[in-house]
Order: sequence, then C-alpha cells, then structure tokens
Amino acid sequence: MELLTNRGKMVSREPMNFWEKLYLPAILKGMAITFSHIFKKKPTINYPEKQRPFSPVFRGLHILNRDEEGRENCTACGLCALSCPAEAITMESAEAQPAEAHLYREEKYAAKYEINMLRCIFCGLCEEACPKDAIYLSETFAPADYQRKQFIYNKEELLIPHPKENPEAYKKALGNRVKREVVKH
Amino acid sequence: MNIFLTIDLPMLAEKLILIVLVVSVSLVVAMYTTFAERKVAAILQDRSGPNRAGPFGLLQPLADGIKLFFKEEIIPTFSSKFLFILGPALAMITALMTSAIIPWGDKVHFFGRDISLQIADINIGILYVFGVLSMGVYGIMIGGWASNNKYSLLGALRAASQIISYELAMGISLIALLMVTGTLSLKEMVLQQQHGHWNFIYQPLGFLIFLICAFAECNRTPFDLPEAENELIGGYHTEYSSMKLGFYLFAEYINMFISSAVMATLFFGGYDMPFVNEANFAPNIAALIGIAALMIKVVFFLFLFMWVRWTIPRFRYDQLMHLGWRILIPLALFNMLLTGGVILYLHK
Repeated sequence: MELLTNRGKMVSREPMNFWEKLYLPAILKGMAITFSHIFKKKPTINYPEKQRPFSPVFRGLHILNRDEEGRENCTACGLCALSCPAEAITMESAEAQPAEAHLYREEKYAAKYEINMLRCIFCGLCEEACPKDAIYLSETFAPADYQRKQFIYNKEELLIPHPKENPEAYKKALGNRVKREVVKH
Repeated sequence: MNIFLTIDLPMLAEKLILIVLVVSVSLVVAMYTTFAERKVAAILQDRSGPNRAGPFGLLQPLADGIKLFFKEEIIPTFSSKFLFILGPALAMITALMTSAIIPWGDKVHFFGRDISLQIADINIGILYVFGVLSMGVYGIMIGGWASNNKYSLLGALRAASQIISYELAMGISLIALLMVTGTLSLKEMVLQQQHGHWNFIYQPLGFLIFLICAFAECNRTPFDLPEAENELIGGYHTEYSSMKLGFYLFAEYINMFISSAVMATLFFGGYDMPFVNEANFAPNIAALIGIAALMIKVVFFLFLFMWVRWTIPRFRYDQLMHLGWRILIPLALFNMLLTGGVILYLHK
C-alpha cells in the first residue's frame, strides 16, 4: 500500500517476548512514570488567591467613560444598542438642563442606561461602534450572584469613578487600556 | 436473674468498647481513604485535589456524605423492595465483619486488666475472613438482581464471577503460606513474624498472587469492570441513589482498608515495628507503637492500590477470566508445590 506522507510508522506485530508476557515489568515501568509525576510542578492556579494575568485587550466588564474634567462622555446616541448582537443594552435619553452642564459633555445624555450582563456576549462591538469613546470593555469579569435581577447593571454601576473626586479609583479603573482617537465636533 | 451474674461483665464491656472503636476507626479511615484517593489521583495527574472544603480540603468527605444524605431516594417500582434495600446493607455488613479478627496491636493495660486489641482471637482466623468474603458476593448479586435492570444484572453477574474466580487463587496461595506458618490464627502469625523475619521473604510469589487477588476482590483497577462507568453505566449500582449508593461505594473502600490490613498482617508482620524491640517499653507504649506500625503498612498498601489504579488500564472481561483461571490458579498451585517441596527438603 502506498503511503501518502513519509510520517507513517509501521506497527510492530511481533508476538510478545517472555518479559512482555509477564506484564509485570511493564506495569512497574508505568508505575515509576506515575510516581515521578508526584514531584513535577503543578500548573494549577489556585483562584481566587492567585489570578492569571490578562492581556490589555481583554474584553471584560463595560465601563462608561468620562473625560478629564469629569463630564460623562455618553450622549445616548444608541449606536452601541444598535450594534449589540445580543440586544443587551437599553437606554433612555434626556436633555441636560443648564444647571447640570458640568456633568455632561453635550446637551443630550443618557438618563437611564442599562446593560443586561446575562445577555451580553462580551464581543466588544459596542466599544467599536461608540463615536464618543464613551463605553469600553475593561479587564475584570462580572462577579457571580444569586439572582437574575442583579445582573442588569445600570448607569451608576457602569460609570468610571470621577477623576477629580476619586483619582486613584479612576486610574485603577482605567487600567492598561489602549485609547482610541475621539472624534471632535 | 441468675443468668446475668454468670456473664463476665467486664469482658463484655471491654469487647463492646473495642467493637465500637474498631468499627468507627474503619469508617473514619474509609472516609478519609475516599479523600486520599482524590488527592493521590490529583497528585499523580499533575493537579491539586480538593482543597476548598476546610483546611487543605480535609472536610471534603464530610461534605460528600452530607450531599449523599440530601439526595432523593429513588426506589424503582417492582417486586422486591426488601431485596433492594438488603443489597447495600449486606455489602456493608460483610465489609465491617472482617475487621473483627485483625490484631490491631499488642496488649493494652487499663484498670488492672490486660486487654488484647483483637476483638475475636479465634483459632481459624483467616478462614473466617474467607467465609465472610464469600458472603460479600451476596451483597452485589442481590443489588444487581433487585434493580430490575438487565444491565445491572449483567454487571452483578460479572462482579460475582470475578470475585469467585479470584477467591480460588487467593485460597491456594494462602495454603502455601499456612504450610510455612503452621497456624490459621492471625495473632499467632503476627507473633511468629516478630524480630524481622516477615512472611514476605518466605513467600514472595504467594504475596504477589495474594496481592493480585486482593485487587480483584475489591473491584479495583485493573479489575474494576463491574463498576466501569463507560462499559456498564454503573454496573450493579446503576439504580441506586442517595445513601444506598453511598453504602456500596463506602463498602468498597472499607474492603480496601481491610484487605490492606490483612495483607500487612499475613505477609508484612502485622503490628510489628522493625528494628524496635517492643519488650523494652511499657505495655501501653508498645501497643501504641504496634498500632502505628500497622497503620503505616496499611497506608502504604492503600497508596499502592491507588497508584496502580491510575497507572494501568482495565482488563477486558475475557482477559480477566483468563488471568484468574488459567494463569493465577496454576501459578498458585506451583507455588504450593514448591513450598511443600522446600519444606520437606529442609526438614530432612
């Protein structure tokens, strides 16, 4: 029979010799191999005491961004909700009153912004679709919980901490993210 | 009323306490053997076993037991509910009964009495173990039959025939040992093996045959076809749930523990600690050293059981039967003839 590659090995079909028929020498050899595994290093990582490091582009929990002065970036344009393949994002917009102008970048802002973590597939399309650099996926994952209700994250839980009031928390939440260019109007 | 005065109450109390102690020690050791099995399996497979329940995972068997209690009891509707419940009960009873004649240590001295650490020092010692072992087959057969499931029945048949086949080779290898020791009583055998000459050096082939048969009797790899999950789903314990299943699995571990203890007693000197002359110590300390020595040997054998389990694949059923009838029995007969010949030659 012609072999198609040169990596084929012929199986030896000789009858077993005396030592092989005994089975015991082969068993003892196998037991020595298994015994040597006791002294090898184990690749297990004891989560949650130790954690495996993630890459900077890891797609984890969403964060709603703010600019350097602390104003929310999100303008409730709905592009993230539109691009989400799992339909996990819902929002309601509102108009910013003059008294609240320091809180938001533009007149239109998201009064209610909810992401259903159980539907989200962490694909990152919302991050790609956002024109205001308002939403991005960070390096942590969603913690476990006992009720389905708790998995619908609203705006407060998603927002990044204020850079002026809470600078360390802001820096930590920013992480190692690679920032994109923001379209300026 | 007079009949109660004739009973030796202190001896009764001493035996009862000893029985309770031995049974609870067997149960606790079997419990931690299940934990050790998982840990040893993990260590041999480059991972760490259960280490979350309690410090270093030591409360894991407790968690397993409680889980089994909380599961739903399913008893299929069919003719004999009594037999269904009797199966695991029998398996457990025969597993625990064999612990009665193993000498766990030398004498202890309490309340002015010398208490020997063996529940029943009968002079037919090892024959009792064989009798109870044969009864152990009933537990499995009844379980397989009462499950009303043809695959359970097949599994039970395989298990029963495996146990019966390997009992023969075990018995014949034991006859060779009896020719050397001249007595059936386990206590006598341990006393003969004091000071270094363990029976293992007189009967190495006999020990090997006994070891292989012990693996087969406990349904351990490579002979674990009756409970091989991929072959027969669960074999004879497919239909069992909750604590009845727990009893079957537990009885297997108790069997392992008792087999290790019997092997240690027969071939490796029982409670004899090598290089230590026990007469130099007070009786209680000597007994403690003896118990520690026996436990170390038992732990080594248990580790051997697990080590072999995670090394070799299991036998096919016909290979199993071939090994039992056509290889081990002739080998055991040969061993017996050889021993007889050597004894005759040396006594001339």
